[in-house]
Amino acid sequence: MSATTDDATSAWRAGRFGRWRRRFGLAAFGAVIVLLWIVIAILAPVISPYPFEAVDVTKRLLPPSQLHWLGTDALGRDVLSRLLWGSRISLFAGIVVVAIGAVLGVIIGGVAAYAGGKAEELMMRATDLVLCFPPIILAMAIAAALGIGVRNTMIAMLIVWWPKFARLARSLVLVQRSQEYVEAAVVMGYGPGRILFRHIVPNAVGPLVVLVTLDVGQAIITFAGLSFLGLGVIPPMPEWGAMVSEGRELVDQWWVATFPGLAILSVVVGFNFLGDGIRDWLDPKSRRQ
Amino acid sequence: MNETAPLLEVRNLRTEFLTDAGPVRAVEGVSFEMKAGETVGIVGESGSGKSVTALSILRLLADNARLGEGSRIAFRGQDLATLDEDEIRKLRGGEIAMIFQDPLTSLNPVLRISKQLVEGMLAHGKQSQAEALKHGIDLLARMGINAPERAVAGYPHEFSGGMRQRVMLAMGFANNPSLLIADEPTTALDVTIQAQILDLLKTLNREFGTAVLLISHDLGVIANVCERVLVMYAGEVVEEGPAESLLADPRHPYTWALLNAVPRLDQEPPADKRLTAIEGMPPDPSQPPSGCRFRPRCPFAVEKCGEHPHLLPVEDGRRARCWVTQAGESLLKPAAPATAAATAPESGQPILSLRNVVKHYPLRRDAFFAPRRVVHAVDGVDLDIRRGETIGLVGESGSGKSTIARLITRIQKPTSGSIRFGDVDLATADRRVLRPLRRRIQMIFQDPYASLNPRMTVGQILSEPLRFHRLVRSQAEANRRVGELLDMVGLPTRAAERYPHEFSGGQRQRIGTARALAVEPELIIADEPISALDVNIRAQIINLFVGLQQRLGLTFLFIAHDLAVVRQVSDRIVVLYLGKVMEVAAARDLFAEPLHPYTKSLISAAPIPDVAVERQRERIRLTGEPPSPVAPPSGCRFRTRCPIAQGICAEIEPPLTEHRPGHRAACHFSGQM
Amino acid sequence: MFRYLVMRVAGMAVMALLATLVVFLIANQVPGDPVLAQLGDLAASDPNMVARYRARWGLDRPLWEQYWIFLRGIFNGDLGISISTQRPVLDDIRQYAPATVELATISFLLSLIVGIPLGVLAAIRRDTWIDNLARFISLAGVSSPTFWLAFIMLALFYGGLQIAPGPGRIDLSVMTPPSVTGLYLIDAAIAGDWEAWRNAAAHLILPSIVLASGTLGLITRTTRASMLEAMTQDYVRVARAKGLRERKIVLGHLLPNALIPVVTLGGLAYAVLLTGAVMTETIFSWPGLGRYTFRSAVALDFPGIMGITLVVAVVYLVINLLTDLSYALLDPRVARERAE
Repeated sequence: MSATTDDATSAWRAGRFGRWRRRFGLAAFGAVIVLLWIVIAILAPVISPYPFEAVDVTKRLLPPSQLHWLGTDALGRDVLSRLLWGSRISLFAGIVVVAIGAVLGVIIGGVAAYAGGKAEELMMRATDLVLCFPPIILAMAIAAALGIGVRNTMIAMLIVWWPKFARLARSLVLVQRSQEYVEAAVVMGYGPGRILFRHIVPNAVGPLVVLVTLDVGQAIITFAGLSFLGLGVIPPMPEWGAMVSEGRELVDQWWVATFPGLAILSVVVGFNFLGDGIRDWLDPKSRRQ
Repeated sequence: MNETAPLLEVRNLRTEFLTDAGPVRAVEGVSFEMKAGETVGIVGESGSGKSVTALSILRLLADNARLGEGSRIAFRGQDLATLDEDEIRKLRGGEIAMIFQDPLTSLNPVLRISKQLVEGMLAHGKQSQAEALKHGIDLLARMGINAPERAVAGYPHEFSGGMRQRVMLAMGFANNPSLLIADEPTTALDVTIQAQILDLLKTLNREFGTAVLLISHDLGVIANVCERVLVMYAGEVVEEGPAESLLADPRHPYTWALLNAVPRLDQEPPADKRLTAIEGMPPDPSQPPSGCRFRPRCPFAVEKCGEHPHLLPVEDGRRARCWVTQAGESLLKPAAPATAAATAPESGQPILSLRNVVKHYPLRRDAFFAPRRVVHAVDGVDLDIRRGETIGLVGESGSGKSTIARLITRIQKPTSGSIRFGDVDLATADRRVLRPLRRRIQMIFQDPYASLNPRMTVGQILSEPLRFHRLVRSQAEANRRVGELLDMVGLPTRAAERYPHEFSGGQRQRIGTARALAVEPELIIADEPISALDVNIRAQIINLFVGLQQRLGLTFLFIAHDLAVVRQVSDRIVVLYLGKVMEVAAARDLFAEPLHPYTKSLISAAPIPDVAVERQRERIRLTGEPPSPVAPPSGCRFRTRCPIAQGICAEIEPPLTEHRPGHRAACHFSGQM
Repeated sequence: MFRYLVMRVAGMAVMALLATLVVFLIANQVPGDPVLAQLGDLAASDPNMVARYRARWGLDRPLWEQYWIFLRGIFNGDLGISISTQRPVLDDIRQYAPATVELATISFLLSLIVGIPLGVLAAIRRDTWIDNLARFISLAGVSSPTFWLAFIMLALFYGGLQIAPGPGRIDLSVMTPPSVTGLYLIDAAIAGDWEAWRNAAAHLILPSIVLASGTLGLITRTTRASMLEAMTQDYVRVARAKGLRERKIVLGHLLPNALIPVVTLGGLAYAVLLTGAVMTETIFSWPGLGRYTFRSAVALDFPGIMGITLVVAVVYLVINLLTDLSYALLDPRVARERAE
């Protein structure tokens, strides 16, 4: 703190505005990336230059060129087309797993937290049990048990995913439950259902939305990882993780494994920016008064 | 050094904050002086700039704060405003020390007391660690902490609020400061503890010769400690002078309003129970009005007030920023309303009766074999509430008053006892039986920021109960009724479309009141409804309650820790201590002749904004801290702090017996103190 | 405090047992037949062979009996014989564990040493270049799939620039140091074999950077967030009012508070590193537990799967317990709750 000078003040002012714009800008940027990929996923059949399964042994492992922007893989298939098609599975898997996991987790966690007592204990033990295992190991074990394939892998991931939402929902509900406006609702005679869903949930939804957004990225990475290990998609379906796996020995033909990974990176970065942006927007502390 | 040269001289202090919405001036040209050893108070409500002024002296404000051009803060002649960071750091905690409001958050929870005590000394002096620690222990003893060697090894959460504030004071005095700035040091403390801390401050001022700059919103606290007072409003000093004359004879309408808005503990309240409250709120600091800043609310405003007044002398040693009192005349006192004979509300069957109500909270225990520990929040309370009356429930923290509110409204279930409302026992009734009764008992909560659902509009908050209890048959009818309710509490109809965060604390309490009234209850429980509000707003809300009660014939259970407020609004008063009733009486009788030692101590501890009265008062100082509700003392709970406790008090618990008609006390020696 | 410990350990044991049950049930839902997987088509078409195989491995007993055998085995320290390697699972685990422990520990230390200071600096110099750098690194770390990052690193530094050694823990041409702990860095130092030490360290660089990337991102973010939170507390202003220097405030007041959530997170992160380094181990041909797990899963090797899951679950639970205890040590308010 010092006596005011015009320089200091205007520098401070510029800094403030820049911060604000940057924060908002990043979130918008993230939203644009996410939307772009969703559009690509929907339009993949239309915009892919080649069919994703078109094997052509004469064109194996060609570097990126005019004909094949991202090169071809070990079976002569166009990497770009497989990449675009791959977005359908990766995005689908990530979004669906997190969406269902979140809904499931929030209902279980929220209701258990509001009810308290035995129900809450039970839920906590159940989540403890699942959280006993490192996520990858458990997903691997279940996926191995159920057999490979997108559906089974998603189920495996779902089992691993819901506990963290249940835990978060529980802590959010507990915080709200001790607030005076909830007590006022009790005094007014409202029933527990109404209080939980009409009063508490709208106030607890913020952090959940943030976590959901950020988690889609993690889910996409996890699914790709499982596919990388051979547990996810069944060939010849294109999926980013599986594509990296196909190219992992091909250190010299780097394009086969690099581009799918970049695709994953870009999508996840997009969701992260978006999620961070939403979090900043919701957090009253980040707004200086 | 010249003895009469001022220790601290503030000239034309301007502090502004650079926010997203533009610069906001919090302090606008404040000037004052302090001599060595003097005690000066700055009084004002929130937004007045008093805290910012104090923080500006040591430059402890946030990054986006700037001191204006021409601001001068001279400490022993040296201008603090121009010092660089290293230089001012030497003064902080050294010559000038500062203590803050909330002792819980002011101490670092993960560091030992010893570390926090010693680091200030090591940063300033050349003492060794061992010497500093010894000095620290001495200081703790000086501040009245027992067993300071043990205390020093502990952590902040192990201590009560009062003890933590003593630790803060010890930290402040560690390097023998010549100036101590205390920003609302007792606001977060109970009344009896507050009295101890204020006494301590005065003692330190006398013995060390340290000047004290005390910031507070409480005129009584100021009257208790300070020789001179500055009154601040909207970033300016509006009046300045010796405490005694300023508080007895205010020369600025704002000071006048403050004094009249505060209920007096030592005076009989008027028959209509109203306080002199002025409407409105302080101006928006980013858009200060031209002319006198108090003008929009001033009952004395004249033509000339359109021109911004300066701080000019009105008498010897007194200055005021007001055209009206320029000539040296006093402001008219409000007409003393008649104190009618106490009209006892209709006696007869009480509408609510508590008998032997107990609430114990179990504490978490990890082990199997150890006995369950329990918090005795409410431990056998009998209470009757009669139709049409206002019962005041008063007690300090841990007394159980808020718990009682939650038991009556069945937010929680009592451990045992009965709560009769009509033919239903609320303590054991199930949800189906309770549901229709909900309409008849409603509650207004303490925290205006947490008691309204942030995601619902005011209209939704008010219409939901109407529809739920089928009091209206259509949305249109609901809207109409919402409009009526808002009108009843003094808010515009447009408020229905807004969200709670768009309103101030006082307005939110009005909304909370409207919500309670929506279902047309018979009994309203108000749990500390004004504690979180500014002095003037408190008066507005009290007047609102009183008016509504008279209009609608409501019965009120008014819970508070402030005895003066309770005296103002209540017909009968119940005094609680550690989960039990100590005394019950009609308000007038309780203050005319308090029978229980605790009641007498409470009355004696509460500061009164009148210096002459404060000096002459009988002082009963309670020593020590309230016992833990986990292990309440045997026999009479108050005996550990009671000045007249005897052997029998530990063995037999005194029953609540009627010593005078309608006046009961639970003490073996009631009336003998 | 002691009682709390006992309760927690007991709870942990129960959890571990439940975990094995869960895994056992999962493993038995496998549609594929492990016999076929192991014997191959030719041998599997001979019913006698199949029957003998089944009897040998106890696959013809009822489910609960198989589980009981397994449980009994655990208490004897026997986790069964791996179907694919024909060795006791415990031996398999003992062989592969050190590689993972070494890699995980180095990665963890790396992410702490870089992550915590970065997070602290990012918080106290908010919105400056270092804050942006920290956020960028966190983002990159958290968003990059490990398996892909491993490939990129290998392709770039080994294949392209040729400055990093290839896959594996140590070059084939170099003698592995005599085994004391199984951790090459320590064993080589004990034996005084500095050539082996340098070689092993060189091999550790890339995989530990890759493995650390995710954890680094998380730790930096968490440290930054909890520092920012601590900076808004009242005691910071009080410390300033006492005249303490900024550096003392950051290190003495802010850090002890800010590190508490980081410790909790760090413990969990270490556990994940120890037990889930599958991707990295696969790409770098690291002979560790992750790779072993994967192979067991793919080969439907029940004893292998169950053994490893049990070990993993126990490690996880132990680390959680230690993390909780250290949380109690660091935050005196919690210690008091626990002790009462």
